[in-house]
Amino acid sequence: MKTTFLDFEQPIADLEAKIEELRFVQDDSAVDISEEISRLEVKSLALTKELYGKLTPWQIALVARHPQRPYTLDYVEHVFTDFQELHGDRSFADDHAIVGGLARFNGQSCVVIGHQKGRDTKEKIFRNFGMPRPEGYRKALRLMKLAEKFGVPVFTFVDTPGAYPGIGAEERGQSEAIGHNLFVMAELKVPIVSTVIGEGGSGGALAIAVGDQLLMLQYSTYSVISPEGCASILWKSAERAADAAETMGITAARLKSLGLVDKVVSEPVGGAHRDHRAMAQSLKRALQDALRQLTDLTPAQLVERRFERLMDYGRYKEQAIA
Amino acid sequence: MSWLQKLLPPKIKRADNSVRKAIPEGLWSKCPACEAVLYRTDLESNLSVCPKCGHHQRLRARARLDMLLDDEGRFEIGAEVIPVDPLKFRDSKRYPDRLVDAAEQTGEADALVVMQGAVKTVPLVVACFEFEFLGGSMGSVVGERFVRGVRTAVEQGMPFVCITATGGARMQEGLFSLMQMAKTTAAITQLARRKLPFISILTDPTMGGVSASFAFMGDVVIGEPGALIGFAGPRVIEQTVREKLPDGFQRSEFLLEKGALDLIVDRREMRDKLAAVITLLMREPHPGG
Repeated sequence: MKTTFLDFEQPIADLEAKIEELRFVQDDSAVDISEEISRLEVKSLALTKELYGKLTPWQIALVARHPQRPYTLDYVEHVFTDFQELHGDRSFADDHAIVGGLARFNGQSCVVIGHQKGRDTKEKIFRNFGMPRPEGYRKALRLMKLAEKFGVPVFTFVDTPGAYPGIGAEERGQSEAIGHNLFVMAELKVPIVSTVIGEGGSGGALAIAVGDQLLMLQYSTYSVISPEGCASILWKSAERAADAAETMGITAARLKSLGLVDKVVSEPVGGAHRDHRAMAQSLKRALQDALRQLTDLTPAQLVERRFERLMDYGRYKEQAIA
Repeated sequence: MSWLQKLLPPKIKRADNSVRKAIPEGLWSKCPACEAVLYRTDLESNLSVCPKCGHHQRLRARARLDMLLDDEGRFEIGAEVIPVDPLKFRDSKRYPDRLVDAAEQTGEADALVVMQGAVKTVPLVVACFEFEFLGGSMGSVVGERFVRGVRTAVEQGMPFVCITATGGARMQEGLFSLMQMAKTTAAITQLARRKLPFISILTDPTMGGVSASFAFMGDVVIGEPGALIGFAGPRVIEQTVREKLPDGFQRSEFLLEKGALDLIVDRREMRDKLAAVITLLMREPHPGG
């Protein structure tokens, strides 16, 4: 697959194009230019490292939405085995923006749930751009309760611009669906490990991300509103999205320093989309570590610990009342 | 000057703005729904419900608590919790400046007022959103005060009521405010465990992150007439789906029809209904015998 480059990656794109060109001539060239090629490859790697070492929050938001970024089903393929997808909310429909089912993690049974985006136009529409409707959240809820019933852990993968703002979604209770998930997840008696793998878009993301461990991939984002949305409300212009991204604190590193995220999972040089397999392997190790911290807890301890975590969220001060 | 204007006697000619300002402010008020001009005292004695068309005007948190609760035995919970600026957030204005402005305008330190008290002698804890404070948005202080209210209700074995009037989460606190959705909703589980009723009263407007967290987790969910209630704002939906929204979309009556609300209660009957529902759930005698 040919890498798609983002605007700020133009210098890397130029270099890679040059390498590609040389490779092409090398085949029928009398002179050996392989040395030149490997020299350029080293340079490209160094340049990528340099660029990715100082990404702005807005650039990170663009990487998080990269069209070649691995999606939930890519991780399902590389991290889990024996995936049995289960469909539908048993009352209205099957929402394709959320996938879920039974699987094995290192041989052990578990439930996997995640937002799913599409690659090409047709699949994007099929997946509704990863924006779930109420039935998606209700399917997720059904699968979580299934996990609880059979005592298996839940892994969730977050990657959505947000819950879908549509007429039907409102009519069928988008708010209730999200709220209900938060309510049930707060008390679910099995471990829940959530990972933000791309875009963590507001309530639509949180609705499958209340749990015992919250991981974020290095170039994923998690925010209360999209940078564009924030900018168009506060600056009255979506053009200021970069400023909004900066001030809202949406990146994994910033959220880790604020104590809102447990672990940041490093990505391959140049982002997860450069190497799906390597990304999946390091995510798998991180998930193992996360799960290990929870396996010795009884269901009561687990729920108690989760409740304390939730109650700790927030920054405020207290003053004496006169 | 047109012939019509010439015809009008000088007294009822439209005065310009400077003259209009001379009228004592707040004596008269125009109903935003039916445009009836109302004497403010009449409107207030009618709990800010238009006597002509029944339109429920928005209310300040303390005014609402005052009309809902019995006079005796009220005290406030969580007022000691006040906001900070965890992200050093700034757009065209710094967040701390916005907080100061909002506090000056409203006399509140944040967007939620919580009180323990009674309704028709039925003891309870009520949390009420102040929409005038940054659009009633939910940040860390709203979340913490809410939790303290729930905790008091649990300790005292009382039902918990929340009256919402909010645009959703508070952007200026970033992910901290998103997490308040999880925090407040988790707190509600403690009431459920002890079989203490949680009654959710949704008023105009109840949107976004508040709507999509505890608001619909009430054992009984009540809407005020005509209140705008939903997840996404109508403008966002219109831009997304590019079609005209149906009449009355996201209003209480629409939600009742779609099965999202238990009932719609006129503000003037709220005390009676609330006391009746709570005592029924708690298997207690009807208040007042």
